[in-house]
Amino acid sequence: MSGRARGPEPQTIFDVSAPGRRASSVAQPAGSPAEGLIPPGLRRASPPRLPEVSELDLVRHYTRLSQRNWAIDVGVYPLGSCTMKYNPKVHEDVAGLPGFRNIHPWQPADQVQGALQLLWEMEQYLAELTGMARVTFQPAAGAQGELTGLLIMRAHHTATEGHPRSVVLIPDSAHGTNPASVALGGYKVRQIPSDERGLVDLAALEAALDPSVAGLMLTNPNTLGLFETDIERIAAALHRSGGLLYFDGANFNAILGKVRPGDMGFDIVHMNTHKTFTTPHGGGGPGSGPVAVSARLAQYLPSPVVGYDEAANRWFWDTDRPQSIGRLHGFHGNFGVVVRAYTYLRSLGGEGLVRIAERAVLNANYLRALVREAYPEAHPGTCMHEFVCTAKPLRAKGVRAMDVAKRLIDLGFHPPTVYFPLVVEEAMMVEPTETESRESLDALAAALLQIAGEASSDPELLHEAPVTAPVGRLDEARAARRLHVRWEPGSPWLDE
Amino acid sequence: MDYTPHTEADIEAMLAAAGFTGIEDLFAPIPGSVRLGRDLALPHGMPEAEVLALMEGLARKNRPTGELVCFAGGGAYDHYVPSPVAHLAFRAEFATSYTPYQPELSQGVLGVLFEFQSMICELTGMGVANASLYDGASALVEAINLATGATGRSRIVLSGALNPNYAAVARTNGGARGFSFSTTAAGDGVTGDLGDLAGAACVVVAQPNFFGCLEDLAAIAEATHAAGALLVVVFDPTTAGVLEAPGALGADVVVGEGQGLGVGLLYGGPYLGYFATRPEHVRRVPGRIVGATVDVRGKGGFVLTLQAREQHIRREKATSNVCTNQTLLAIAATVYLSWLGPQGLVELGESCLAGAHQAADLLASVPGCRLAFAAPFFKEFALQVPGDAERVAAGLAERGYLVGPGLGVASAELASHLLVAVTERRTPEQIEGLAKALAEVVA
Ligand SMILES: Cc1ncc(COP(=O)(O)O)c(C=O)c1O
Repeated sequence: MSGRARGPEPQTIFDVSAPGRRASSVAQPAGSPAEGLIPPGLRRASPPRLPEVSELDLVRHYTRLSQRNWAIDVGVYPLGSCTMKYNPKVHEDVAGLPGFRNIHPWQPADQVQGALQLLWEMEQYLAELTGMARVTFQPAAGAQGELTGLLIMRAHHTATEGHPRSVVLIPDSAHGTNPASVALGGYKVRQIPSDERGLVDLAALEAALDPSVAGLMLTNPNTLGLFETDIERIAAALHRSGGLLYFDGANFNAILGKVRPGDMGFDIVHMNTHKTFTTPHGGGGPGSGPVAVSARLAQYLPSPVVGYDEAANRWFWDTDRPQSIGRLHGFHGNFGVVVRAYTYLRSLGGEGLVRIAERAVLNANYLRALVREAYPEAHPGTCMHEFVCTAKPLRAKGVRAMDVAKRLIDLGFHPPTVYFPLVVEEAMMVEPTETESRESLDALAAALLQIAGEASSDPELLHEAPVTAPVGRLDEARAARRLHVRWEPGSPWLDE
Repeated sequence: MDYTPHTEADIEAMLAAAGFTGIEDLFAPIPGSVRLGRDLALPHGMPEAEVLALMEGLARKNRPTGELVCFAGGGAYDHYVPSPVAHLAFRAEFATSYTPYQPELSQGVLGVLFEFQSMICELTGMGVANASLYDGASALVEAINLATGATGRSRIVLSGALNPNYAAVARTNGGARGFSFSTTAAGDGVTGDLGDLAGAACVVVAQPNFFGCLEDLAAIAEATHAAGALLVVVFDPTTAGVLEAPGALGADVVVGEGQGLGVGLLYGGPYLGYFATRPEHVRRVPGRIVGATVDVRGKGGFVLTLQAREQHIRREKATSNVCTNQTLLAIAATVYLSWLGPQGLVELGESCLAGAHQAADLLASVPGCRLAFAAPFFKEFALQVPGDAERVAAGLAERGYLVGPGLGVASAELASHLLVAVTERRTPEQIEGLAKALAEVVA
């Protein structure tokens, strides 16, 4: 956040508004104004109170706001579970090509053959990467992919057993979207504990399996950054009891080309293209959460799927899907995000994807070794693309993981994910990604070690951090107690 | 291409420092029996210039607007995206950041989202809005979930004049939770008799609806509330300069598609679902909400608030599973609405309204064609054409005009009907050109 503008603290755009000022120019219809076309009760008397600003006001306001934001392009962003890797610039150029940007979702297939070919080929690539048979691109993010997968589970059990079963198993280290999706999918959650290795407790899993269990949602490597080495036994146990195995692909980056979910026994896979395939995270989205399934589940995928008529060399939307679970998205999913992911896949190729996994895992293990003494890992063993360590040793000095995170800000880094997964005390979940250099990792490690030292020598420094960010620690309790979630005329942008 | 920075020397030194002898050591935890013992069957990588050429080739196989004059609608519209939108929203500081979990480093995104929520409240006439959902259809699902939670009921009444894809998404989602759905008639192009609403959690209508027609929201609200149900309105925010806010007409939840607010067509996504409701429902709102607060030194700032509704805290009891949303599109919409201003929003609406009526007059005077419905409409209308609508649309495409979808997508009985949408981008000459082309195609 260097180069931040000097000058008064930014206000909202509403506060820089002046009546009568404007940036827009809208072509006006020739002829008489459209009177009488709207029933009187439906006409709005005075327009919404949008801001009134010049184009330069607009540009300055949003440029200044942007300068109050961290980003990958600004610096290291080792947010665990989020895969904040570099987003190649060429992707934006490709996604902006008129042939991709300016096509309408209702256009008939013969007018969008390039788009359908892209989706079709991407489907083949993702099928190869996951070891699955078919793919849907409708889910707009990982969580929607999860729900899609759970609805496919329901459809499978309903078709084969006459009812959907009632329970889905979730490890206690799972991401919050997993249990939330289970509930939305009409299932109950049954939690499986992790054992001392940080892996699924096999005995507990076997004890939890019964005919009510529709499936198990698992990410592998798991949210502790560890590979579930018992995966074959887990899959066998689940399949023996008629359940399905769901792969949460948030951590797919670690294993690209090394091991495929299908070969591990998974039946349903979602991917987060915004993580593994570098589409920019956009301040919180958009993403894309394609779901891949094994051949026996392909009939249940959301409708339509892309079809290819080989004889005519023509792609089409296949709507003849009587067993489909239905529709998840208003149109075809986040196509523009898939375009970026496709570009990335073609840029890197198979060999490049394997290199990603190797270097992501190398970076994580390297960084983990550098900081191990001050921040012990939560579990032993080799980590994959991320690691979970703990700030617990600092606790005796009154310092918590949150203090470490905030102090890192002052030292020029985005903090790792803290307090997740919930099963580790004072958790710090660090995912450097493959695009960080050895020098950046050395610098991050040095900062983390410096903070561990400061926890003894000057804990106040940590409690007061950050002092270099645009704001200091914010009062979240107050935000929830005195809800102020919109601007209104006359009210200052804050109460005091 | 290779975006990794590692030199051979780096790799060696890093492996040694971490206690490994080779790269394959790192993957030792993966049992050999499941390892992929071969290269991926994927194309080889290529230099940036080649990949760009490859992608340009694929893009050229599509027929974008510009090549075709776009009169297509049905939930996605060719509104103008002014230049500052992309320049500002796609600044790397916004585009390459993520969820603002560390508010001190995210005041930019949080600040814009606070403005976005405020603007959505203004457009819809509601008291609270969230920081975006996936698209209009998923926003509708969340509205239904709110209504079932708030009423303790599970019966959903859908207008027959709702976008059929939205209705399909609602059923796909609601089915798993045991919700029951019924659909009203819509023979006149607007929501027909609501029927017996006893036990209904909500009534869902669109304004304007899928056929472009305007609904009598106040009357629908009255009947809905009389039965103790909530009114969910799927509202096109680009009409908000001209149309009364649904909140002022009795809506309890207003959701919709923000595609028209500076997003573009993008073959259907990424778009922008928005969600707004009355303040009393704030704890049932899905997804992220940004709130203003102060820092330790008393300085104002923004945070994600009421997070105890969200999946990362509440897990299976969360109001929704949404995590990654459509923030970047919400930023684009905020910049767009600031660019537009109140006067621009009115002009946008008037321009669409006037253009659509000019087009309707001209197209309905083509022999064999007529307006399908008598109800008032806004920027889009259904045209009955002789024969199969898709064939007529194909003929128009040959002449450089994109219309549709054919209403066969809503119901087989409407297979000879076409949607025609007119945005502020369409000129009188283009509208006349379309009418001439239509006359040729149906002759
Ligand atoms: C392990 C895990 N699962 C699921 C998700 C949900 O994905 P999304 O945010 O794309 O919905 C995430 C990321 O947020 C995650 O880290």
